Amino acid sequence: MILRFEDVSYRYPAASEPALREVSLEVSEGEVCLLAGLSGQGKSTLLQAACALVPHFQGGTFAGRVRVTGLDTRDHGPASVGAQVGVLFQEPETQLVTSSVRAEISLPLAGRGHDANAVARGVEEVALAIGVDHLLQRGTAELSGGEKQRVALAAALVGRPRLVLLDEPTSQLDPVAADELLGLLHRLNQEWETTIVMAEHRLERCLRIADRVIALDRGRIVHDGDPSSFLSWAEEAAPALQTPGARLLSLAGVGPPPVGVRQARATLRRHGLLPAGRAEDDRDGEPGAGAHARADAASPRAPAPRAARRRAAWLGGHREPFALDLRDIWLEISDGPAILKGVSLAVAPGESVALMGKNGAGKSTLLRVAAGLTDCTRGRVRSAGRVALLLQSPGDYFLRDRVALEASAAALARVGLADLADRHPKDLSGGERQRLALAVVTDGERPPAVLALDEPTRGMDREAKEDLARQLRGRAQDGQAVILATHDPEFAAACTERAVMLADGGVIADGPSVGLLAGGWYFATETARILGGRGGALLPEDGARLLEAGAAVESERVPLRAR
Amino acid sequence: MGGVLAYRRLASPLHAARAPVGAAWLASLAFAALLSDHPLLLAAIAAASLGAARAAGLGARLRGPLRLAAYAAVPIVVINLLVSRQGLTVFARLGSLGPFGQGDLTLQALVYGAVIAVKVSILIVLGAVLTLAVDPDELLALCGRVSLRLALMVSLALRMLPLLAADSQRLAEAQRTRPDGGVRGLRGRALLLGAGVGGALDRALEVAATLELRGFAGARRLRVGVRRPLSRHDLAFLLSAAGVLALALAGTITGATSFGAYPLIRCPTSVVTGALCVALVAVSMLPFLDRRGVR
Repeated sequence: MILRFEDVSYRYPAASEPALREVSLEVSEGEVCLLAGLSGQGKSTLLQAACALVPHFQGGTFAGRVRVTGLDTRDHGPASVGAQVGVLFQEPETQLVTSSVRAEISLPLAGRGHDANAVARGVEEVALAIGVDHLLQRGTAELSGGEKQRVALAAALVGRPRLVLLDEPTSQLDPVAADELLGLLHRLNQEWETTIVMAEHRLERCLRIADRVIALDRGRIVHDGDPSSFLSWAEEAAPALQTPGARLLSLAGVGPPPVGVRQARATLRRHGLLPAGRAEDDRDGEPGAGAHARADAASPRAPAPRAARRRAAWLGGHREPFALDLRDIWLEISDGPAILKGVSLAVAPGESVALMGKNGAGKSTLLRVAAGLTDCTRGRVRSAGRVALLLQSPGDYFLRDRVALEASAAALARVGLADLADRHPKDLSGGERQRLALAVVTDGERPPAVLALDEPTRGMDREAKEDLARQLRGRAQDGQAVILATHDPEFAAACTERAVMLADGGVIADGPSVGLLAGGWYFATETARILGGRGGALLPEDGARLLEAGAAVESERVPLRAR
Repeated sequence: MGGVLAYRRLASPLHAARAPVGAAWLASLAFAALLSDHPLLLAAIAAASLGAARAAGLGARLRGPLRLAAYAAVPIVVINLLVSRQGLTVFARLGSLGPFGQGDLTLQALVYGAVIAVKVSILIVLGAVLTLAVDPDELLALCGRVSLRLALMVSLALRMLPLLAADSQRLAEAQRTRPDGGVRGLRGRALLLGAGVGGALDRALEVAATLELRGFAGARRLRVGVRRPLSRHDLAFLLSAAGVLALALAGTITGATSFGAYPLIRCPTSVVTGALCVALVAVSMLPFLDRRGVR
């Protein structure tokens, strides 16, 4: 056994409830274990106990025993355990402690007294394996979020650890970078037999590489089994942990719950709910306007008329036909590249728009320009009123020690936090903090004309996301334009009717969410990928309706409309 | 965040020199500033520091440190003016200040406060140039031969600066996005400072956890790597540093740069003083003229 928990209970200093309760588990060499659970259920604490940060670094009350690669964490602290275990946390920024990539990766070896040749060889090898060899001469401050995460992973792996612990490693990454990271972990596991224990909220991303899923609820292990058994268990006991694919098949009344897209399709084909053959072979042609129009009509989500009605209602009382109008926006850094290259985007009142694209595509910058936080170098920004911008870290908004002091009672009531008015903002859960930040930026006598949100679902569990999606839909119904930058296709599908894809500072696709989120691959929802984009179904509920009607067999895949 | 106060390799002679040499050259200017109070010499050192920053391509990135220097200078002058009792030329009487005695403001206290403020400003600028133009990892390797822990502390201190600057910027931006424009006034600044300090502590804890896992607790001395010969830029900056030190010492020993503020201002200025100042600026800037092999 490479990792063994024996009846471990742990309570953080000053916490009223234990974070771990009588946890016992064994992980064998070469296994890939996924930790599942809603936020605050003990996943991160379990990982910290596995690398001895709990209790050595965190303090608190610890009972039981953890053995990592034969070392008892009661006797060995994080420094000794760290020689055998690689750890990657959620926030890449705080995992880089030196200024250059080469120094960062070489530090663990140099610190343990390896000679210069061994250090140089180790750095070169791990850099090639992780694909960061081209970054070795760069400064850590110059890297993107995804690059930082890869460099931190390289630093964690340079000592060739037998066990790697990862705490939501993909939460800051775009779908492409997340997929690359998971592929990399899978390769490490296959080639080096590295044992991997990973906590994640987006289970659909990781289940395909997992041998085993351990579910935690209030610090207790409530399920431990292979991915298939986990999904069957989640269907009954924890629907919030279901993957979209499993939920789709569950709603359609077919089983077993699928671990991946391929398995889901095979099951649907077995039941005659999908045509035989590869999804790509089913469609008749390349993207075109005609096919798109048909897909819109067939879609169970046909939002365009609703937006048109809202636009008409708005025009009744306002002169401008837009809530936000960005025309030919350029942002060029004086000694650097152009971040935005002639972006034009008009958003109608009550319209909800998802900005999607890779890290560095210009999504956040566009929102900042819209809100007046950053000045564009060329172009024109017009809005029908205030543009409220919710930035990526909700905690940055809170300066006071009571929720009630951060926003008005009406704003708190609107986001459902009236009952928590006396709490300290730091004591709120991730979802509640996001809602409080939403209350702060939308507070005021007049509601904002535009609500812009930058990656609002980072690190959120599914329940919190659904809650936020409800909030945003409500605001759009009230006439506010909602524009959000996100990497989360499921969230975009749940609360937007239009999607805009950015790449290299420009808009490359713009159209109904159905077109973008059903017609792509990286930026498509799992439901759309399972159904091959048929009928424009993006969410499990849409897909189940389509399957029930038998329409998936007949309808076409929705193509992506390029600009 | 990379643009705030983080080292980035640029095409300049200072960047091309090895880190210990660059640090030694900056230290020689700092030493000269600490050694003398003569306003003319301080002006020459300030000009050399700013000229060097500009020649190293850091002009625009020094705006923040210069603002900080300006913020620091005002209280230094005011406090010295209020607390110093040694000057004789009273230009304003504030009456009794309770436990602080009579509030007589003197010209000498004002001038000496300004001298101290200029010295502090020079040190801030030189510190910023060190952060921006001297590779901290090379310094780490140097310190690491003595103690890796010491080296990591140095590196972390340098790395935490841009991290905390970015955090502060984020906090300020979050305030700007509030409908009421965010907190204002002294109380607002205090709240922001509190949040910034809280965030810094959280950051420090997270970084400390990473360091623990990377074996900081059991860290040993770094082994000596391959020795490199001195480059033309290394030699130029070493000679320049020696020249700056020699000029500063010569000014002190000969009394050409002596200065006294109390009880009356005594600031002897001769041709020698002027020549020393011009020479110091020239010696400081000479290494920047050779731009061969700076990429």
